[in-house]
Amino acid sequence: MNKNGVTPVIEMRGISKSFPGVRALNDVSFAVEPGEVHALVGENGAGKSTLIKILSGVYQPDAGQILLNGATKSFTHPVQSLKGGISVIYQEFSLLPERTVAQNIFLGREPTRRGIIDYAAMRAETRRVLDLFGAGTRVDPNAIVADLDVATQQMVEIAKAISLNAKVVVMDEPTAALNEAECEVLFETVDRLRERGTAIIYITHRMREVTRLANRVTVLKDGEVAAQFDHVPKPGDIVRAMVGRDIADFYAPFATENEIGAKVLSVRNGQNDRVSNINFDLSAGEILGFAGIQGAGRVALAMALFGEHPFTSGKVRLNGKTVAFTNPRDAIQAGIGLLPGDRKGEGLVLMQSVRDNGMLTARAFDTLLSSHKANQYADLASMDSLLDAMEVKASSYDQDIGNLSGGNQQKAIVARWLALKPKVLIFIEPTRGIDVNAKAGIYHLMRDLARGGAAVMMISSDLPEVIGAADRILVMRAGTIVDEFTHGATEHDIMLAATGETEVAA
Amino acid sequence: MTDQPLSSAEAPKKRALPHINPVYFLLAALIAAILLQNPNFAEPTGYMNFLKRAAPLAILAAGQVYVLVSGGFDLSVGSLITLVVVGSSMLTNNDPSATLWVIPVMLCIGLAVGLINGLVVCFLKVPSLIATLGMMITLTGVSFMWSGGSPRGYLPDTFRFFGRVNIMDIPVIRMLPVALIVLIVVGFALYWLMHRTNFGRMVHAIGDNPQAARLGGVPVNRVRILAFVVSSLSAVVTGILLGGFAGVSTDVGNGYELQAITAAVLGGAQLLGGRGSVPAAIAGALSLQAIFTLLNFLGLPQPVRQVVQGLILIIAVALAMYRRKRTGR
Amino acid sequence: MSDPAMTTASKTGFRFEVWAPAILLLAALMIYVIIAVSTGQTQYLTASNLISILGRSIALGITAIGQTFAILVASIDLSVASLISATAVLASVIMNGDPAMILPAILAALALGGLVGLLNGLVIAKLEVNPLIATLGMSLIIQGCLSAVVSNFAGSVPVEFQLFAYGEIGGLPASLIFLLVLAIAAWVVLRFTKFGSDIYSVGGNKDAARFAGIQTDRVVVYAHIICSVLAAIAGLYLASRLRSGAPWIGSDGVYDLESIAVVVIGGTVLAGGRGGIWGTMAGMMIFSLIDSIFNVAGVDAFAKQVMRGVIIVAAVAFYAVRSKRMVA
Repeated sequence: MNKNGVTPVIEMRGISKSFPGVRALNDVSFAVEPGEVHALVGENGAGKSTLIKILSGVYQPDAGQILLNGATKSFTHPVQSLKGGISVIYQEFSLLPERTVAQNIFLGREPTRRGIIDYAAMRAETRRVLDLFGAGTRVDPNAIVADLDVATQQMVEIAKAISLNAKVVVMDEPTAALNEAECEVLFETVDRLRERGTAIIYITHRMREVTRLANRVTVLKDGEVAAQFDHVPKPGDIVRAMVGRDIADFYAPFATENEIGAKVLSVRNGQNDRVSNINFDLSAGEILGFAGIQGAGRVALAMALFGEHPFTSGKVRLNGKTVAFTNPRDAIQAGIGLLPGDRKGEGLVLMQSVRDNGMLTARAFDTLLSSHKANQYADLASMDSLLDAMEVKASSYDQDIGNLSGGNQQKAIVARWLALKPKVLIFIEPTRGIDVNAKAGIYHLMRDLARGGAAVMMISSDLPEVIGAADRILVMRAGTIVDEFTHGATEHDIMLAATGETEVAA
Repeated sequence: MTDQPLSSAEAPKKRALPHINPVYFLLAALIAAILLQNPNFAEPTGYMNFLKRAAPLAILAAGQVYVLVSGGFDLSVGSLITLVVVGSSMLTNNDPSATLWVIPVMLCIGLAVGLINGLVVCFLKVPSLIATLGMMITLTGVSFMWSGGSPRGYLPDTFRFFGRVNIMDIPVIRMLPVALIVLIVVGFALYWLMHRTNFGRMVHAIGDNPQAARLGGVPVNRVRILAFVVSSLSAVVTGILLGGFAGVSTDVGNGYELQAITAAVLGGAQLLGGRGSVPAAIAGALSLQAIFTLLNFLGLPQPVRQVVQGLILIIAVALAMYRRKRTGR
Repeated sequence: MSDPAMTTASKTGFRFEVWAPAILLLAALMIYVIIAVSTGQTQYLTASNLISILGRSIALGITAIGQTFAILVASIDLSVASLISATAVLASVIMNGDPAMILPAILAALALGGLVGLLNGLVIAKLEVNPLIATLGMSLIIQGCLSAVVSNFAGSVPVEFQLFAYGEIGGLPASLIFLLVLAIAAWVVLRFTKFGSDIYSVGGNKDAARFAGIQTDRVVVYAHIICSVLAAIAGLYLASRLRSGAPWIGSDGVYDLESIAVVVIGGTVLAGGRGGIWGTMAGMMIFSLIDSIFNVAGVDAFAKQVMRGVIIVAAVAFYAVRSKRMVA
C-alpha cells in the first residue's frame, strides 16, 4: 500500500536487467493505481521498452519483483500477464492483417457454441466495445485489418484491451503514427478508460501528452529512475531529468561557415507515390537533419534518393550531374551511402563476422572472382584500422557481429561506408537502440565525416538529437518538406511544423 | 561508457581451441568403425574404392552448399544427373570420339538449367523449393522424351573414363581413381570460390540477410543466379562420373538431391542461408557414404539406406536447431 | 456500410487473390472447350465426361485438402506421396480379398496416417526442424520401410471395397460425393470452429497467436495429423481404384508436389494464414482440366510431364511475381 492507502494494481520493485554488452535497467521501481495514468518518459534507449517487456513476461528480470494487486507474481510468458489483466499495446502491432477486426479482437478466445464460433456474438461485442470509445462509426467489425489505416488499426488494438477487461493497459508511444485529430480521439479514449478505473501506463516522449493526460510521471534515464513526480510537473522539470547531462559535450560542435563546402546534391520537385514536391539542397561538410512524425515521408525520401523506391518525377543532381537511380547499387556507385534505420533487418548480415560486415560493400564493387581479402577500396588490414579507429569493441573482428552491442554494430556499418568514401551519406535513425553513452561516439563520427568533406543527411525521430547534431533541419509532414530551421531551433517550433498545428498546449 | 564495464561479457573466456566442425569427428569415428568391421579398408583398394564411390556425391554436395548458403534449395540436381547420363548416351551414340564435344554440351545444359532456376527465383519470385521441384519434374520428362522412355546402349569408354578408370602402378597408394582426381580438382575450385573470393562472401551475405546485402550494394540477383549455376554445373560433373560406373537408365539420379542436402547439412550448412562450408559438406558426403558402407557390411538391405538417411537428415537439423537455441544464435 | 467515415478508414477494393482461382478455372475451362471444339471432339464436352475428368483427380483432391491445412499453418508436407503408397499397400495386404477385413484395414491405414502426422507435427513444432526437411526425411523413412517389405502389387482389395472408387450414388460417382462431403467438412472446420480460427492465426502470425494464449504447437501438430490422415484416405481410395496396393502409386502420382501446387493455385499462400478449401477445390479442377486439355490435344505422356513442371512453376509465379519481396 502507498501513502494514500490505495493498493496499486501493479507495482514493480527494484527491477534490474542486463543484456550482453548493455545494462538495460538498474533498480527500477514504480507503481500504478486504478484509474490513473502513469506516464513513463525517457529518451530512446532509456529502458522503457525493456521495462514493459518485463512487465508483460516477454523478458524475465535479473533482479526485482512484480506485484499484482499486492501479490508477488512472476510472469514467464505473455499469456500469464494477459490473464493477470495486463494488456500491452506494442508499437509494432500484434494484429493479424488478413483477419477481420472482430476476429482480431477475439483472437484466441472466440466465443463458441458447441464448438462453432458464435460470429454474431463476436460482432455484437466488438461493436459494443468500439462504441465504448466512440470508434463504432469508424470501424466495421467485418473489415479486414490490412485494409484499415494505421490509426484505425490502433483503435482495434485498444478495443482488444478493453474487451479483455484489462486492469492495466500499457500504451507504447501510441501517437507515433497519428495525426492531430486522431490523437484527440485517442486522448478521449484514455480518459474513458481512466474513468472506468483502468490503470494506464503511458509511454511517450512528448511533453504535451504528459501534461494533457498524466496523473503521475516517472522519468527513466540510462536504465535508472531519474525522477518520479506524484503530480504533473512542469515540462522543463521532466526534460531536465530526461537529458540530465552536459549537452555541449554530448553532441559534436556544429559546422563553421568555412567548413560548409560546395553544393553536392540538389533535388527539385521530387515525387513518387510516397513523397511529393521535394526540394532541397545539400552541401559538402554539413549535416542536414530531417525531422517529422513517423510516416511523414522522411525514410521514403531517403529510399527514393538511394534508388530503392525511386522518384517517379523530378530532378536530382549529384555534383552537378543529373542522376536517376533505379536501384541502390547505382546510387552507391555514384557516391551515395545509406545506413538503414532497422539495423538488424536491413543493415547487418548477422551471422557473418565484424570484418565481413565492414567489407560488404567494398567487396560488392570489386570483381566477383578476386580475393575477398583486398580490393580497390579496402583490405583486411585497412578495415581493421578503420574499426580500431572507431574503437569497435569485439573480442576479435572475426567474431559474429550478432554478438556485439548496438553501438558497435552501427560503427561496423559506418566502417563499411568509410571504406568507400561516399559523397553523400544518409543516416536513418543512427542511434536507435544504442546505449546512451555510445550515442556521443556516433554523433562525433558523423561530424568527422562531414569535416572530411562528405555531405551527411540524418533522419531521426529523436528530436533532441536532430537539434543537437544537425547544422540545418528540414521538417517533413505528409510526404513533403514543410519547413526549414537552422540550428538553435527549439523542440517546440519543430513539433509545431511537424504536426501542422497552429498552437501547442505545452 | 556503459559498454565498457560489461564488455567482458562479449569477450570469450579465453582463446580456446579453434572451433572444429563436428562432422570431421563423425567422419573419423565412422572410418574407425569401418576399419573394425573390415581391416582390408586400410588397403589402397579399400579406401580408394570408397573415395571413388563417394566422389560424385561429394561434388554434388559441394555444389549444393552454394544454393543452401544463399538461402535456397536446389532439388533439380538429381534429375539433371539423369539427364546428363541419358543425354550423353543419346548424343555419343556409341561413338568414342563424341565424348570430346558431348561433355561441353552437357556443361552448357547445366549452365542453362542453373540460369533458368536462378532467373525463375529472382524475377518470377517463385521460392527455390518450388522452382527447382518444377525443374525436376520437367527435366525428368525431358529425359524420358529424349530416350523415348527406354534409353539404349552404353556410354563409350572414353566417357566412362572419368568415373571408372583407376590409374594403376603408382608408388605407395598403388592406384588412383580418376574420379578422385576430379573430386580434388573440383572440390578445391569450389572451396576457393566459396571461401576465398568476393563472390563466396556475397553468397553468404545474401543468404544471411538479402535486404541488407541489397542496400549494401551487393548485386543480389546476379550472385543468387550464379549460385544456382554452380550447383547445376556440379550436378553435370556428378552425372559424368556416375555415367562411368552406373548403367544408363532414367533413374540414375533419383534421390541424389536429398543425399546432397543431407551431406551439406551434416557438414553444418544452415538451411535458409548464411552459413556453410564446402570442405565440411564434402566431409558430410564422405560420412554419408561411410554410413552406407557400414550398412552394407552389416548386410542390411538397400531400402534401409533410405530410412537411415531420412533419420540422419532430421536428427542433423534438429541438433543444429538445439545448438542454436542454446548458444542463442 | 454507407457511413462516410467508414470509407476513409478502409480502402476495400478488388482483392485479386480472392478471385484469382475462379479466373484461372474459367480460363482453363475456356481453353478446354476451345480445343475440344476446334479439334471437332465435341464428345468431350458432355456432362458425364466432365464428371469423369473430376473422377480422375479424387486422390489428388483428398490429399490437397489435407495439404491445405498444413500450408495454412505455414508448414508443408512432402511426405504425403510415400504415405499414400504405404497406406494403400497396408490396406490391400490386410484385406487380402476378405470383405471381413475391410474395417480393420481402414482403421490400420488411418492409424498409420495419424501416427505419421503426429510425428511430422512433433518434429516440426517441438524440435523446430524446418518442415520441408522434416517431411522429406519422413518421406525417405516411409518409402524405405515400404520398399524393404514389398516390391510389387501386394494383397488385393475385395469387390465390396472397390465400391469406394467405382460405386455410384444417384448417377454420380460415390468417390466424387465423398470428396465433396470432405471439402464441406473441411470448410466448416476452417470457417466456423475455434480450431479453424486458430489455424489461420498461427499461420498468419505465430507470435501474436502465442501471445493471445493459443497453443501454437498443438495447432501445428493437429494440422499435420489432418494432412496425413487425409493422405491415408487418398491411399485407401487408390487401393480401391487399382484393386491392390503397390509401393510406387504415391510417387508415380507426384502427390506431394501436385497437392502443394493445387493448394497454391487455389490462392492459399505458402507463408500461411491465408487461403481456403474452395480455392483448393478450384485448383484441383484446374489441374484435371489441364490434364484433359493435354489428352484432347493429344500431347504425348512425356511431353505432358515436361509441361506439368512448367505449369506448376508458372502457377506459383502467377501469385508471386507481383510481390516486391525477395525470395530465395
